[in-house]
Amino acid sequence: MTAHQTITAPEAADTEMMSGAEIVVRSLIDQGVEVLFGYPGGAVLPIYDALFAEPRLRHILVRHEQGATHAAEGYARSTGKPGVVLVTSGPGATNAVTGIVDALMDSIPLVVITGQVATHLIGTDAFQECDTIGITRSITKHNYLVKNVDDLPRIMHEAFHIATSGRPGPVVIDIPKDVQFGKAAYQGPQAVTHAHDYRPQVKGDAGRIAEAVTLIAQSRRPILYTGGGVINAGPRASELLREFAELTGAPVTSTLMGLGAFPAADPKWLGMLGMHGSFEANHAMHDCDVMVALGARFDDRVTGRLDAFAPTSRKIHVDIDASSIGKNVRCDVGIVGDAASVLEDMIAAWKAMRLSVDKTALDEWWKQIEVWRARDCFAYTPDSKLIKPQQAVERLYHHAKDKDVYITTEVGQHQMWAAQYFRFEDPNRWMTSGGLGTMGYGLPAAVGVQIAHPDSLVIDIAGDASVQMTMQEMATAIQYDLPIKIFILNNEWMGMVRQWQQLLHGERYSHSYSESLPDFVKMAEAFGAVGLRAEHPGELDDKIAEMISVRRPVLFDCRVTKEENCFPMIPSGKAHNEMILAQEARDLGSIIDDAGKRLV
Amino acid sequence: MPDPQPASVYDLDHKAEVENLATFAVLVDNEPGVLHRLVGLFAARGYNIESLTVAETDRNAHTSRVTIVTRGTPHVLGQIEAQLEKMVSTRHVQDVTRDPNGLERELALVKVKSLGAERVEALRVADIFRARVIDTTHESFVFEITGAPNKIDKFAELMRPLGLVELSRTGVLSITRGADAL
Repeated sequence: MTAHQTITAPEAADTEMMSGAEIVVRSLIDQGVEVLFGYPGGAVLPIYDALFAEPRLRHILVRHEQGATHAAEGYARSTGKPGVVLVTSGPGATNAVTGIVDALMDSIPLVVITGQVATHLIGTDAFQECDTIGITRSITKHNYLVKNVDDLPRIMHEAFHIATSGRPGPVVIDIPKDVQFGKAAYQGPQAVTHAHDYRPQVKGDAGRIAEAVTLIAQSRRPILYTGGGVINAGPRASELLREFAELTGAPVTSTLMGLGAFPAADPKWLGMLGMHGSFEANHAMHDCDVMVALGARFDDRVTGRLDAFAPTSRKIHVDIDASSIGKNVRCDVGIVGDAASVLEDMIAAWKAMRLSVDKTALDEWWKQIEVWRARDCFAYTPDSKLIKPQQAVERLYHHAKDKDVYITTEVGQHQMWAAQYFRFEDPNRWMTSGGLGTMGYGLPAAVGVQIAHPDSLVIDIAGDASVQMTMQEMATAIQYDLPIKIFILNNEWMGMVRQWQQLLHGERYSHSYSESLPDFVKMAEAFGAVGLRAEHPGELDDKIAEMISVRRPVLFDCRVTKEENCFPMIPSGKAHNEMILAQEARDLGSIIDDAGKRLV
Repeated sequence: MPDPQPASVYDLDHKAEVENLATFAVLVDNEPGVLHRLVGLFAARGYNIESLTVAETDRNAHTSRVTIVTRGTPHVLGQIEAQLEKMVSTRHVQDVTRDPNGLERELALVKVKSLGAERVEALRVADIFRARVIDTTHESFVFEITGAPNKIDKFAELMRPLGLVELSRTGVLSITRGADAL
């Protein structure tokens, strides 16, 4: 029960008649929702009317429905609570689609409420009608069309249960306008009877856990490979991960989505793995003999060439989603369960079985890892006249690290540089679009994060191309006085596209250069924000400090070298140990074979 | 401790695996769109559907039973089962093919048009297969036959030279022997 329910006694609530719109609002309050992101329109006007004088719910008016979904994702990712979106029918729903898929791919709990034309108009090609349920069926964890207002309380509460339990994800509730006007008896979260028997497995199998810890104790070259599942399992999972790493002495690497679950300051941290991961993380993955995958899903950006992926290892895979286990890579011990619960049981089993690691073998393993680490894979050559993008992120990190900072990103080179050069010590501090790779995610996500954490420093590390995709949300930031910092690594290119064209398509730069870019400083001023520009390495520090000290939204136009590539890199179709460093990357086109070029 | 140096189990090539037919019995919540959800899952992930039957089986519990016959390597079939389990609308999934107690039945209506000796032979074959005649004219029969899918395949194959003109099949239904229920 939430504190809000004290306003009306639960007994009274059971019989209280309300309109569908009031049921929506009341359900949100009873679910503990404080903020929703939305955009009004014809088919949700009754709900907006119910919100009009509602002091318990804060509605954030975005400028485009995609912005609402990404803001809700940022809110959810940074708080661990579900994000709530309210949009109208037709274009409102279709505009939200990108963010809904993004949330599905990255396992972000969202409840998206869409208006629909009145039930008697469904199927008549009515104004602003679209088959929202049909469109969103394959991009949601579950979705509902509410045909009867009596079902609404149950559906509202069930949607939150589904979105937040098991592997989190987006749930869409499509509510026709006449249902919003209809009257029904409200039931609270505890009073409703769920129609679906949805009870995901949280606790891992004890036998498999014992098998897993035994395997880890016998290993000579273990590695922990962690993903977004550890973040989703809550802060406790991150604490347990630290404890488990300490017990086993194993090195820890993480996917893009899992950054922050293990502190970057810990010597056992190897950095991110995968296509643009660290040299030491990828080589350790390739050479390990026991791999413990925790809440990670063996994405193609992580594994590289599958048949050469960690060829001498036994794999333990812990995942809340049974369909993730064995999907891309076969594992020896599959454990279905929540990362926190399984880690807790693994630690308990390790202690109860009095297991210990082979200290000599582990020392050897660490010696080898230090050799890889000594290659200093993220080294770059600074320039006296021009700002290097790596340098920009490094300096940004230097200025922000001691602050209460949250980072969001767009998608592309800048995203990888942010993952490589910004270091995270805690979970829920890093918001990025990993699975779907949505350019335009970072700015609205920053809006959502800043709403949840009004006094924190929220920075969107952006690219000049990505940021233009959802730039309109600067107006949202102004309206709600959100001092988000949009730090644009401006190289005038779609950098990652340019990099691939250079390396894989014989330097044929087809449509990847922005011949016309807005003046970001003037643009900031036009929105009512602060515009800053840095063009020389010498002014970078002062400008970053200025950006951080301003208590207003800032667009920071950081002019960086135009043709910098993102390294190290596992060329497509290659294995982890075939990773190339920046200095070896002169002729990548000849390294990647035709089969590799066909991979994305 | 000796270095275990485990041999990799991951270099197994899925492409080299043999594809098998498998029958899944799926109990789902009977709600609008549930069939679309299930079929959409198969389409989106590139799985085959060989046959599909669905009907409400418990009006009070609002559940429908879907029997789906699909084809794939053991790895793909494992994924299909996991993906079916993952649907919020799913209550139970059972791989009937792997269950030694699994029973499969299909019903077919078979129209045969022939005269003279072929007509007599068609009746004889139908008798052997325990097919029932449910309609007749002077030049045709409609047979009703139930059995395992391969029995129906065999019947149709025998009827083809005897004047088979139309075949309608329900797709596979399944249940398990014994007292335990899905």
